[in-house]
Amino acid sequence: MYKEVLQGVDNVAIWPIISFVIFFTFFIVLLWWALTVDRGFVRSMSELPLEDGTDINQPANTTSRL
Amino acid sequence: MELVKIHYDNKIVKAFIIASVIFGIVGMTVGLLVAIQLFYPAFNFEFQYTTFGRIRPLHTNAVIFAFVGNAMFAGVYYSLQRLLKTRMFNDGLSWIHFWGWQLIILAAAITLPLGITTSKEYAELEWPIDIAIALIWVVFGINLIGSIIKRREKHMYVAVWFYIATFVTVAVLHIVNSFEMPVTLFKSYSWYAGVQDALVQWWYGHNAVAFFLTTPYLGMMYYFLPKAANRPVYSYRLSIIHFWSLIFIYIWAGPHHLLYTALPDWAQSLGTVFSLMLIAPSWGGMLNGLFTLRGAWDKVREEPVLKFMVVAVTAYGMATLEGPLLSLKNVNAIAHFTDWIVAHVHVGALGWNGFLIFGMLYWVVPKMWGTKLYSTQLANIHFWLGTLGIIFYALPMYTAGVVQSLMWKEFNPDGFLTYPNFLETTTKILPMYMIRAVGGGLYLIGVFIMTYNLIKTAYAGKFIANEEAEVAPMVKSASVGGGWHHVLESKPILFTVLALVSILIGGLIELVPTFLIKSNIPTIASVTPYTPLEVHGRDIYIREGCVGCHSQMVRPFRSEVQRYDPKFAEYSKAGEYVNDHPFLWGSKRTGPDLHRVGGKYADSWHYRHMYEPGEVSNGSIMPSYKWLFEQTVDKDLTAGKISALRTVGVPYPDGYEEQANADLDKQAAKISESLKMEGYEVAPEAEIVALIAYLQRLGMDVKSAKTAEVNK
Repeated sequence: MYKEVLQGVDNVAIWPIISFVIFFTFFIVLLWWALTVDRGFVRSMSELPLEDGTDINQPANTTSRL
Repeated sequence: MELVKIHYDNKIVKAFIIASVIFGIVGMTVGLLVAIQLFYPAFNFEFQYTTFGRIRPLHTNAVIFAFVGNAMFAGVYYSLQRLLKTRMFNDGLSWIHFWGWQLIILAAAITLPLGITTSKEYAELEWPIDIAIALIWVVFGINLIGSIIKRREKHMYVAVWFYIATFVTVAVLHIVNSFEMPVTLFKSYSWYAGVQDALVQWWYGHNAVAFFLTTPYLGMMYYFLPKAANRPVYSYRLSIIHFWSLIFIYIWAGPHHLLYTALPDWAQSLGTVFSLMLIAPSWGGMLNGLFTLRGAWDKVREEPVLKFMVVAVTAYGMATLEGPLLSLKNVNAIAHFTDWIVAHVHVGALGWNGFLIFGMLYWVVPKMWGTKLYSTQLANIHFWLGTLGIIFYALPMYTAGVVQSLMWKEFNPDGFLTYPNFLETTTKILPMYMIRAVGGGLYLIGVFIMTYNLIKTAYAGKFIANEEAEVAPMVKSASVGGGWHHVLESKPILFTVLALVSILIGGLIELVPTFLIKSNIPTIASVTPYTPLEVHGRDIYIREGCVGCHSQMVRPFRSEVQRYDPKFAEYSKAGEYVNDHPFLWGSKRTGPDLHRVGGKYADSWHYRHMYEPGEVSNGSIMPSYKWLFEQTVDKDLTAGKISALRTVGVPYPDGYEEQANADLDKQAAKISESLKMEGYEVAPEAEIVALIAYLQRLGMDVKSAKTAEVNK
């Protein structure tokens, strides 16, 4: 049944091709970025949550900093 | 560089935390009540506002939108300010958001027990509340994007991206799924019908799990886990791949809720393939969370915050492995409509969302009150009660699901169903329901202990309403070397648009062909619109939440056609639902499927059964519906209902609303006469008459066509 359903849609073959191209390109570019990105940049990004500027008023008795 | 002094707003975080804890207790208590109702129907109290069908949606809505929702906003408001080094964009918007959201919850708590519902799962609230949700969500969005624009940190940490994706996607999902035609202030009909309604609903339902229960919590995991462990995330690169692949893939997976249904095969396969692909980003995220604790596992032993988070992340991993496996058609054939699914969602809700919330609260409350946690020991007790609660909840439900499903499918050597009576398969698993309630009870006790512990903590400290921080003003080129992605991170609007595009691609490619094929859903000539009396009956069926326990979807299995349509062996076809606004396929069979129930029993059987189910079916756990015998159908609404249904595409002839009530009276009189002959006196306008009319109609379009064919 599904073949007739799909054939009823204009230019149906373009849909899977479009989605494949979008996905493939996107993930290749993303992977390329992840492999080549600057280490210093990654380090500074991953340390962002730990530096929120509130150290100034950290009470001595909190357990947050393990 | 000169540092500036700013103040983070903790007051709004506190408000959302209090709301989350209160509504968490309410939502879980209602959950415990519905769990008990399933093995002890007396707990329905023979009171229409507390029957299972009406308060089960109250439980799901309270837990999802009130408990998890409020905690999400608390987590977002806390972490966003600190990640962007700015106070929220506008305090006024923060409070409009807070009170607006609480009013929506209040409206839900009032309307759902009253039976005011669209019946679409997790989207039950009626149209005026839908509009309110959209408005408040936009307020949240403005506050979110506004804060991002006025930030003092050039780059957006990955948690912020998860928040942006949450805002954008939930907005799209909510708006698309809520297209409905109002009849009155409290009643509307879904814009979509049958198969299309089902596809839109589960595209929504699945992505509500993805973008309300998952992405914001992943953002919170990427913030609070490193904070609590005081070490950066294991791999920031992995978190970026996690983010993009998750939002790209998740949006496609919705049709896995509709395997073996009347949904076209290609859409079902699409759902399966994308669900399997989801294992990769989900497990990437889980491992990233767990590896963050590398070399710090000794702390996990001592610190309740980390214990909760480790179990939460593990539960996320388990649920996201199980989900794709459930999307395989052969596994789904066994699990769908059973308690297996209930177990699956509760591993997510109790384990992932619940435990991450508890971990966050144990960390953030002492910080906001500038003190230590009142009792680590009580937190540990909570941890073990909660963990045991999850196990005692999930294991019996897995067992119940598999046992019942196999009983449904078992044939004896003569080729007949071994358990032709559905009720037998339900009573068999009642002990499992009892153990589940114990599990839920343990979990709830843990929450009470946490509440006490947090209140004591707050009293021991002093609330810091505005937490002071010293931060550097934003410099244009603060860090370099991130490539094109780094450019993206510094452009929030562009980023938001890209996130929107990536979720729209999936949504459009999935939904558009289904709308284009409207004329291609194989039409069945004998399918005609419901009569006015049946329309009223159907609305009663919706009001009472019958769909919570009864499916209307006979799957193409020998065991199902033999059980539900032994005479003609017809499974449910897409063309049968073209007039169903909304669709009522259901997702759980606590009772039997009803799609072929028409003509199966006499009117008097339904009459007696609805009055006292236990007297007709010994051992039935269905509540009695005595009020249907006293309340009457509001015939003033008939014309409005007919014309609203015509607007959304049901082919009633023009002007039919004028004569609808005459037809209604005729059909009601006939049913009431037939009941009278068997000794049951009932007014023709009683609601039970309309409900019987609807139940007797189900499946008759196909059955009568078949009968005519046979007679030829």
